[in-house]
Amino acid sequence: MKKPVIDAQNVDLTFQTNDGPVHALKNVNLEINKGDFVSFIGPSGCGKTTFLRCIAGLETPTGGRLTVNGMTPEEARKSRAYGYVFQAAGLYPWRTIRGNIQLPLEIMGFPKSEWKGHIDRVLDLVDLRGFGKKFPWQLSGGMQQRASIARALAFDADILLMDEPFGALDEIVRDKLNEELLKLWAATQKTIGFVTHSIPEAVYLSTKIVVMSPRPGRITDVIESTLPPDRPLDIRDSEEFIKIAHRVREGLRAGHDA
Amino acid sequence: MKNILPIVTIVLALIVIWYGAAFKMNSTWTYDQAARAGTEVTFSDLLSDTMQQSRPLLPAPHQIASELWNTTVEKKITSKRSMVYQGMITLKTTLLGFVFGIVIGVALATVIVLSRVGRLTLMPWAIISQTIPIVALAPIIVVLSNAVGTGTLMVPKAIIAAYLSFYPVLVSMVKGLTSPDQMQLDLLRTYGARQSDVFWKLRLPSSMPYFFASLKVAVAASFVGAVVAELSTSAISGLGARMLIGSQFGEPMIMWAALFAAAILAGLLIFLVGSFEKAARHLMGGRAL
Repeated sequence: MKKPVIDAQNVDLTFQTNDGPVHALKNVNLEINKGDFVSFIGPSGCGKTTFLRCIAGLETPTGGRLTVNGMTPEEARKSRAYGYVFQAAGLYPWRTIRGNIQLPLEIMGFPKSEWKGHIDRVLDLVDLRGFGKKFPWQLSGGMQQRASIARALAFDADILLMDEPFGALDEIVRDKLNEELLKLWAATQKTIGFVTHSIPEAVYLSTKIVVMSPRPGRITDVIESTLPPDRPLDIRDSEEFIKIAHRVREGLRAGHDA
Repeated sequence: MKNILPIVTIVLALIVIWYGAAFKMNSTWTYDQAARAGTEVTFSDLLSDTMQQSRPLLPAPHQIASELWNTTVEKKITSKRSMVYQGMITLKTTLLGFVFGIVIGVALATVIVLSRVGRLTLMPWAIISQTIPIVALAPIIVVLSNAVGTGTLMVPKAIIAAYLSFYPVLVSMVKGLTSPDQMQLDLLRTYGARQSDVFWKLRLPSSMPYFFASLKVAVAASFVGAVVAELSTSAISGLGARMLIGSQFGEPMIMWAALFAAAILAGLLIFLVGSFEKAARHLMGGRAL
């Protein structure tokens, strides 16, 4: 059998605070395979973002074993294993869109001659061709977020980690971006970890939905989606979709009662 | 252009009040002169005399304007009586002090932001430095730089100007260099960025708006520093020195003309720095304001 891309076994993370230890993650077990689209869903404080940050090597688990591409998250980060998209686009206002996408290429030491090719490719992927010379403030919120996704894709990592990337956008823009994200995923075959608190968003996008609950942060359910890979927006009215959404809701409620 | 009306209104009001005050304050002398000569003063005599005394208590605006005209346009700029000549000296001091101030402010801010030790040791001293009256410090700086052998007064004067102007730059730059939020820093961590990348690609560009905002304050502080330095270092040239000479030799015209020349020069400097700020903001992709 193929080894999972991301493998978490009994991962614990405890923060020491002035009010005593906080169990941000407790006993988290999860395997993510190549090409999976995994959503993490749960209420605030359930550790979904924390877990994503652990995968990214931005937090270090205090217990258990976590590997990314068979390496520690720290090593994986240094070998450019993933691109990370934050809730806010966080584009540099003093750089054009192209300049922003170029940022990781500069820092990672890609040869200058390759920059243009990388930038053109990802601008096409997020459908922002022709906007490269614009400054971020000249773009709408949705377009800025697309640019930030392009920035995360620029250096061609196999894994894309997204922390509520569309959380600050309105529903119509969000729908459109969800649809585009699925296309992008199909086109690039990336492994995607996606944090959200929207049930429809999680069900619509994912091949695997991880339901989490707080105090201590843990996984309460892992749902393998039975939806077909080709998903038009109106699949959300199908019975299958509603059934999965229902199970996610049940999982969230169970976690809440416990 | 729509801002011009309120400005003109205020200026006109000030001029009216000024003329009133000049009339009132200078009339004492006119009455005294008349009493000594044993003559009566009519209102029209009073009016014309108070507006054209050669050493009035308070010169009327038109007198200052004509003195300014005489000492700028009509005098050769090589003449020591020329405000342009004196202004150039003050300007040189100001700019030199301004450049020193920027370099020192930015350098200290960088050390403070990048190192904890720097933060703990330098910041308190920077704050304390501004609590010492510059007038008290000025002679010491002159004596010390003479002892070191800098020759002219230009260097100590520029040091005094820099002493006042580095502080706003320092405070703004500390704020600017620490302005990137955790998310921005995390993003660079995900790229495995080195500290130098974080500084050059994120912290420094992020600090630029703060830097430009501080320049306007700093250039004004540097100018004040330059004038105070001229006043308090027994300098014989520069606008500050002209003010002092005017007051010591009972030449109110010189004093007031120097004061207005200083105000105009300061206004020009701030305008220039403001234009530079606008251009830089544009270059850095800013929205037109």
